[in-house]
Amino acid sequence: MSTAEAPDEDRRDFLYIATGAVGAVGAAALAVPLIDQMNPSASVLALASIEVDLSPIEEGQSITVKWRGNPVIIRHRTAKEIEEAKAVNVADLPDQDARNANVADGSAATDENRVVDGKTQYLVQMGVCTHLGCVPIGNEGEYDGWFCPCHGSHYDTSGRIRKGPAPENLPVPEYQYLSDTKIKIG
Amino acid sequence: MSGHSTYNPTNPVMKWLDDRLPLPRLMYDSFVSYPVPRNLNYWYTFGGILMIMMVSQIITGIILVMHYTPHVDMAFDSVEHIRRNVNFGNVLQKWHAVGASFFFIAVYIHIARGMYYGSYKAPREILWMLGVAIFLVMMATGFMGYVLPWGQMSFWGAKVITNLFSAVPFFGEAIVTWLWGGFSVDNATLQRFFSLHYLLPFVLVGVVILHVWALHVTGQGNPTGVEVKSGQDTIAFTPFATVKDAFALSVFFIVFTAFVFYAPDYLGHSINYEEANPLVTPEHIVPEWYYLPFYAILRAVPDKLLGVVAMFGSIMIWFILPWLDTSKVRSAAYRPIFKQLFWLLMIDFFILGVVGANPPEGWWITVGQIATVYYFAHFLILLPLVGLLETPRPLPSSISDAVLAKNASKQPAAQPAE
Ligand code: HEM
Ligand code: FES
Repeated sequence: MSTAEAPDEDRRDFLYIATGAVGAVGAAALAVPLIDQMNPSASVLALASIEVDLSPIEEGQSITVKWRGNPVIIRHRTAKEIEEAKAVNVADLPDQDARNANVADGSAATDENRVVDGKTQYLVQMGVCTHLGCVPIGNEGEYDGWFCPCHGSHYDTSGRIRKGPAPENLPVPEYQYLSDTKIKIG
Repeated sequence: MSGHSTYNPTNPVMKWLDDRLPLPRLMYDSFVSYPVPRNLNYWYTFGGILMIMMVSQIITGIILVMHYTPHVDMAFDSVEHIRRNVNFGNVLQKWHAVGASFFFIAVYIHIARGMYYGSYKAPREILWMLGVAIFLVMMATGFMGYVLPWGQMSFWGAKVITNLFSAVPFFGEAIVTWLWGGFSVDNATLQRFFSLHYLLPFVLVGVVILHVWALHVTGQGNPTGVEVKSGQDTIAFTPFATVKDAFALSVFFIVFTAFVFYAPDYLGHSINYEEANPLVTPEHIVPEWYYLPFYAILRAVPDKLLGVVAMFGSIMIWFILPWLDTSKVRSAAYRPIFKQLFWLLMIDFFILGVVGANPPEGWWITVGQIATVYYFAHFLILLPLVGLLETPRPLPSSISDAVLAKNASKQPAAQPAE
């Protein structure tokens, strides 16, 4: 090989690498919009919060409201249900995390951490089974709480998973009391 | 069996075309003069039946889209509109819906044929793996199509199946939100499923072309599992195989159309005639019958992630089947123990289907778990072992020998009279 060819080869290598690099960056830049367009659109994200009046819910009754396309279960628990929920030893639970958006991350799954202090009779939680998303049925299952008919998950009176394929407790959405009997979800 | 071409156009126009774009030659060599083993039985007609079913789904599907509206407020009513108001709409809609079921009946028979005759063995591994890919595309297409009428089962089936991806560690939640385009299955989900349900059948056509290409490179297998050795072992595709395929197709269509006209809802779920309601899960959600065995495997495992892994694994395992089966003999006809295992697997698969259709309670759970364990044991333990331990029966020296021996044993009395 003559020395005169060397600069040419360097030039070619440079062009190869430069073209490849521009191509790779371009392809990555193109992939972002193509993939991200499938994420929730601005109108879906803008879905407002909802307000719910708790006063018509009698003790032992539940209501279901729709929030962001999903059901939220609000239950006015009986004294017996609250007692049962409190009696459980957290160490015995499959999921020991409270899964409550209103308490610090990683709080223990005690019944206290699943409801609001002073309002322990009202349990507010997503009606979305943490297994594959069915709506659990109230007053059913082996733990007096909810039973998911899809693949047989049992939740207790605090909405904590006790048995079945679901890995986590029913999540408690972000909510706050606007007045004594009114909450705002979201 | 790509021998040299025997296409010899006499028409000058065809000659002119052949010199420029030899498409008629390709068709002639692939579907007319193409040599196939002379001993193919009716189990080998299902590939052709599948082709016709695919075309049938595409034609009826394109027609349905002319009248269907992919929006949560209108989808359900638009399918009712097709059934009640569109000219011949009730037939066309049922043809497509029942057609999906019969497409799957044909594909299950086709796959079982492959497993029985060891069609997946060298040199047909790629052919087999393309078939598994076809099956996966069919499953995805059928699933998304089922969502379109937006009934209760459509909605909850979609929710449960897309939620399978939430089992992925770390990114699960983000993936599901991305798939849905929201926080639940909703209008964004319906519209993208509609788009993909239109696209995937054409992807299917592409993979099927590769499948047939691979078939024509290795040549067709046959019930003896002995490769073609001479011209004596083969007959021309047309007219012999064409006629056999056409006859089988006619019988298949008689059964298929009987369902379309007399029992269009038999294979479906009546709850899907109730419009989707995101706040109420039906008492008992079950997927369409053709997903049931895999659904049973999902539910047999009490852990979310492992259940999903087992379910996908139960199909993925087919990809490595050519290497799991250690026997040199292809056909179950010459493998006495393997033959019994094959039928046990069929029974096991059927039991899984029954379990999948029943609620996950009581002893159904136990039955499902035993059947799941057996399913995986068949592929991962029994198949490799049997190949090493079993003594196969002697193979015929050629396909024509096998055919002649069979014919001789059929008319023993005829011989002395000659
Ligand atoms: C691989 C082939 C295909 C399979 C397995 C398949 C499967 C299905 C299934 C199971 C349904 C639900 C039927 C019902 O319950 O009514 C469906 C619906 C539908 N499919 Fe397909 N399909 C295929 C090809 C196509 C194609 C090519 C198109 C359009 C280009 C199409 C358009 C539709 C439409 C518009 C619906 C909703 C209307 C209805 O439910 O009747 N399909 N498909
Ligand atoms: S979705 Fe609830 S148990 Fe599977």
